[in-house]
Amino acid sequence: MTFHSILFETGTPDLNVDEPACFADLNLDQVVNRITAAKQEYNLKPFFYTPLRSAAAIEYRHAVLRDLENPALTAAIESFAEKMASVRRYLDMIKKLHFRLHQQGWFLKMVDVYCAAVANLAQALEQLQLESSGLTAFRAYLAAYVRSEGFTTLQAEVQQLKAALSSVKYSVVIKSNAVQVQKYAGEPDYSIEVLDTFEKFKQGAPKDYRVKLNEASGMNHVEAQILSCVAKLYPEIFASLNHFCTRRGSFLDETIRTFDREIQFYVAYMAYIADLKQLGLAFCYPEISVEDKAVFDMQGFDLALAHKRAAEGETVVCNDFYLQDQERIFIVSGPNQGGKTTFARAFGQMHYLASLGCPVPGAQARLFLCDSIFTHFEKEENIKNLRGKLQDDLVRIAEILDHATPNSLIIMNEIFTSTTLKDAVFLSQKIMERIIQLDALCVCVTFLDELISMSDKIVSMVSTVYPEDPTRRTFKILRRPADGLAYALSIAEKYRLTYASLKERIPA
Amino acid sequence: MKAFLLHKEQDFNLEQPLPPNEPALRQDLELDTLFQAMAQNDKYIRKIVEKVVLCGTQDIETIRYRQAILKDCIKNPAIVRQIYQIPIESVESQQRHWMGIFSNYPTGILAGAVDLMELFVSLLHRLKKIADEHASAFESEGFQRFFAMIRKELDDAYFARVEEHLARLKFEDGVLLSADLGDGNEGRNYVLRKSPEKQPWLKRIFSQHPASYTFYIHPRDDAGGRALEDLRNRGINLVANALGQSTDHVDSFFKLLRAELAFYIGCLNLSEQLAQLDEPIAFPDPAGMDERRFTAAGLYDVCLALTMNQKVVGNEINGDGKELFIITGANQGGKSTALRSVGLAQLMMQAGMFVPAQTFSANLCSGIFTHYKRKEDASMKSGKLDEELKRMSEIADLITPNAVILFNESFAATNEREGSEIARQITRALLERRVKVFFVTHQYDFAHSFYAQKRKTALFLRAGRQTGGTRNFKLSEGEPLQTSYGEDLYQKVFQTKS
Repeated sequence: MTFHSILFETGTPDLNVDEPACFADLNLDQVVNRITAAKQEYNLKPFFYTPLRSAAAIEYRHAVLRDLENPALTAAIESFAEKMASVRRYLDMIKKLHFRLHQQGWFLKMVDVYCAAVANLAQALEQLQLESSGLTAFRAYLAAYVRSEGFTTLQAEVQQLKAALSSVKYSVVIKSNAVQVQKYAGEPDYSIEVLDTFEKFKQGAPKDYRVKLNEASGMNHVEAQILSCVAKLYPEIFASLNHFCTRRGSFLDETIRTFDREIQFYVAYMAYIADLKQLGLAFCYPEISVEDKAVFDMQGFDLALAHKRAAEGETVVCNDFYLQDQERIFIVSGPNQGGKTTFARAFGQMHYLASLGCPVPGAQARLFLCDSIFTHFEKEENIKNLRGKLQDDLVRIAEILDHATPNSLIIMNEIFTSTTLKDAVFLSQKIMERIIQLDALCVCVTFLDELISMSDKIVSMVSTVYPEDPTRRTFKILRRPADGLAYALSIAEKYRLTYASLKERIPA
Repeated sequence: MKAFLLHKEQDFNLEQPLPPNEPALRQDLELDTLFQAMAQNDKYIRKIVEKVVLCGTQDIETIRYRQAILKDCIKNPAIVRQIYQIPIESVESQQRHWMGIFSNYPTGILAGAVDLMELFVSLLHRLKKIADEHASAFESEGFQRFFAMIRKELDDAYFARVEEHLARLKFEDGVLLSADLGDGNEGRNYVLRKSPEKQPWLKRIFSQHPASYTFYIHPRDDAGGRALEDLRNRGINLVANALGQSTDHVDSFFKLLRAELAFYIGCLNLSEQLAQLDEPIAFPDPAGMDERRFTAAGLYDVCLALTMNQKVVGNEINGDGKELFIITGANQGGKSTALRSVGLAQLMMQAGMFVPAQTFSANLCSGIFTHYKRKEDASMKSGKLDEELKRMSEIADLITPNAVILFNESFAATNEREGSEIARQITRALLERRVKVFFVTHQYDFAHSFYAQKRKTALFLRAGRQTGGTRNFKLSEGEPLQTSYGEDLYQKVFQTKS
C-alpha cells in the first residue's frame, strides 16, 4: 500500500476553515483552542473543524491513535517534530543573514538537524510494533527514503564538516582599536582564579551579573572580520564547507513535511487528554453506530470543564448515560448548579469528538455518527434584535427543526425561561412533540417536569445532592424520576467545624 | 564563610514568610509592644526580631544554641554591639559611594566591583582585629566557632592575594580571549585568559611567532567601535560576574552577620529594660514536641509590664502532662493576661529567647494559634458567630498535631447551649488530634462538661478573688463556677461613680 496521508486513508477532503456552529455552546471552542494553542505553526484547526463521514474513516484514525498510545512512538514523533520545527526556523533565518561564512555555518546546522530528524524517526519506527495501516505505510516510505543514496551521502558530508569545524580554536587580543587573531595557545582561565580567591565567602545562589550580550542574533562586521581571519588560519576546512553549501540547495522531502504537520493532530489531542488521564479520568475509543441510536457512555465528563477543574486541582465528577430501544431524549432536571448543563454539553462533545476519530471521555461508549449537532443555549438579550426574547428563542428553534434530520443531534439548554410557566410548558411541549416525531437524539435541560411523561422516547435524568447535607451537590446526574428538594443551611456545618469534619481536616 | 549565629549549620532564611496566622498572633498577644521594646525604633532590628520570633524553631538543639549565644551577649554587650557596627558601616558606605555594580556593561560592573571589594577588605581587617583581641571572652559554641573561622580564613597571605587580583583586573595590557566556533560559525565560549608574563625583548625576537592576523577598527567607525567594545565586554563578562558575585558573597556575609546579630541586639535591649523594671527573666527548659509539659513560676505578661512600665503579677502553673487548660473566673481577674503570658512565653522560647518568668519549662509545639473574641464586624457582612467560625475554619486549615491554641471567650456570640456545643465539638476534635488547648471561657456548660469527665490531662484554673471582691489577679486551680463575678464589676463601676 502506498502512503497517502496519516489523517485520511483515501484523498484529503475539503477542510472547513470556519468553526462549526455548535462549538461555542458546547465549549468545544475552548477545547480546540487549548489543543491547538501550542501548535499554531501547524494550522491544525481545520482538521478539528472537519468531522468524518464514515465509520471506516474513523477506524483509520483509531488505529493510528492506538499505535500512538505507545510512549516510545510519541517520544519519537515529538523529537522528530522539534527538529523539523528547528529546520523551518533556520530556513527563515538564513535568508536574513549578511555574511557568507555565517550563512554557510547555519546551512550546515540546518541540514544536520534535518538528517537527524529523519534518520532518528526511521530508526525508531523500525523498532516499534505498529498495527495501523497509516503508520505502517509511512514507515515503509520512510525506510526507503533513508536508504536512498541521496540521503546517505548527505548525512556523511555533514558529519565530516562538523568534526572539522569543531576542531577550530582561536584567540583574540583586543587592545584599544587593534584586534589580533591567532590559534589558541593554552593560556589559563583567569575568571576561575578570581572566583577561587573569593570562594570562601560563597553564600547560596548568587545573583547573576553576566550581562545578556545579544549573543543569539547574528554577527556584526567585526565578528565577521574575525571569522575571515579564522578562515585564513584554517583554509581547507572552510573550502570544503563552501563546496557543500553550493551543491545541496534543496534537501527537504515533501511527503515527510506533510506527515510532520498532520501527525500533530493526534499528538495535540493526546497531549490534551494526557493530564486528565493521569488524574484517573477514562478515555475510550467509542463504538461508532451509523444506524442504531441506542447510545451509551460510562464515566463520561465535560472535557472543557474537566480541563479547567484539573488545572485548579479540583476533582471531576463523571456521569453515565444510556438510551435503549425506542429511547431518544434525555430531559435533565434538578437543583441548580448541579451539573445539568455540563451533562448536556458532555453529551454533545462526545458525539462531535467521536466524529473526528478521537477518543472520547468515558470508560466505554457507543456513540451515534450524526450528520449535524444543533444547540440552543440561552443567549443574552440582543438590543439590535427587534424581536422579543421569547420570539427570538422560537425563531432559532424553528431554524434548527428546519435543518435537523432523524440523524441529527439536538441539545437544548433552559429554553423559554423568559416567559410564564404556562407558556413555557405549552411551547416546550409543542417543540418536544416535533422532536419526538423526528426521532432525533436530543438532550433537553429544563425545570419543567411536565415534559417527562410525554413519550416513552423520553428518559428523565436528575441532578442530585447528598442526602445528609442538602447544601452539597454531588454533580451526579442520575437516571430517575424528577423530584423537588429544598436545602437548608447549618452554619457550623458550613464551615466544616463539627467534631467529625474538624477531626477529618486536621492531619493525624 | 558563614556567621551561623541563629542556626548551628545553616543561614537564617531572611526570605521565609511569616506564618499565615501572624496578624492574629500579633493582635492577640500584643506583639507590637514586645517588638517595639526589642527594636527601640530601629526599623531593621524590628524587621529581624519579628521574623525570628514569629518563625520560631521546633528544634531543641537550635534553641539551646541560641540561648548560649544570648547568654554570651548579655555578658559582653559592648563587644557584641561593636561587631554589629561593622556590617552597618558596610551598608552605609555602599549607599554613599557606590553605584557601579548596577551598570549595564561588564566593564562598568567590573570597575564597580573592584571599588566595592576594596571597601570590604578594610572592614574585614577590622573584624579580624576584634576576633584577635576578644575571642577568649566568649563561651558559646556559636561565638567560638565564629571567631575561630574569622582568624583562620582571613590571614595576611589571603589579604595579599586579594590585592594582587584587584590590581590585575584593571587590564592595562589589553584583554586576551579564547573562543571556538558554534552553530552558524558564530564565535562562542569566549573565555578570558591570563596574559603570559612579558618576555625580555631578545627572547621575543628569536622565538617562533605563531601565525596571526591583525586588523584595526577605523577611529570613525562607530559601529565597529561598539562591536569591539561588545567583544571586550563578552570577554570580561565572566570575570566581572565572578568579582560581582564575590562582592555579593562578602556583602551577604555582612548582611547575614547583621541580620543574625540584630536578633541578639533586640534581646539585649529587652533584657536591659526588664532589668530596669526589676522583672525576672529565665532561660527556659524546652521539652520534645511529643511530651506534654507546661510548668512555670512567676510567669508574667511581658507586654503588660512594658506597657504599664512596672512590675506585674506572675502566675504559677503546674501543667505537666496536661493537654487542656480551661481558665474561668472573674472578669478582669487576669484571665486574658495569663493567657497572653502563656502564648508569649511559648513564642519566645521557640525563638531561643529568655522568657518572662522565674522558671519556665514547656514542650515545643508545631505552631501557636490564637482565637480571640473580636469586635462586631463593622462591615456587617457576616454575623458575629459566623465571623468567629470563619476564623476558626482558617485555623483548621493550618493547624497540625502538637500545636498550641489559645481561645479567649470564643464561640460566645450565641446562646450558651449552642456556643458550648460548638466549643465542645471543636475542643474534642483538637484534643484528639493532639493539639494543646488553652481556653478562657465564661461558658459554664462547656467548662463544666469537661470538668465532669475528670480527665487527668485537663487542668482547670480560676481567676481568683479574695473575699470582699478585691481581685488579686492570680490564677489558682479550681473547678469552674457558674458565675463570673459580673456583679462585682458592676458594683465596682457604680461604686466609684457614686
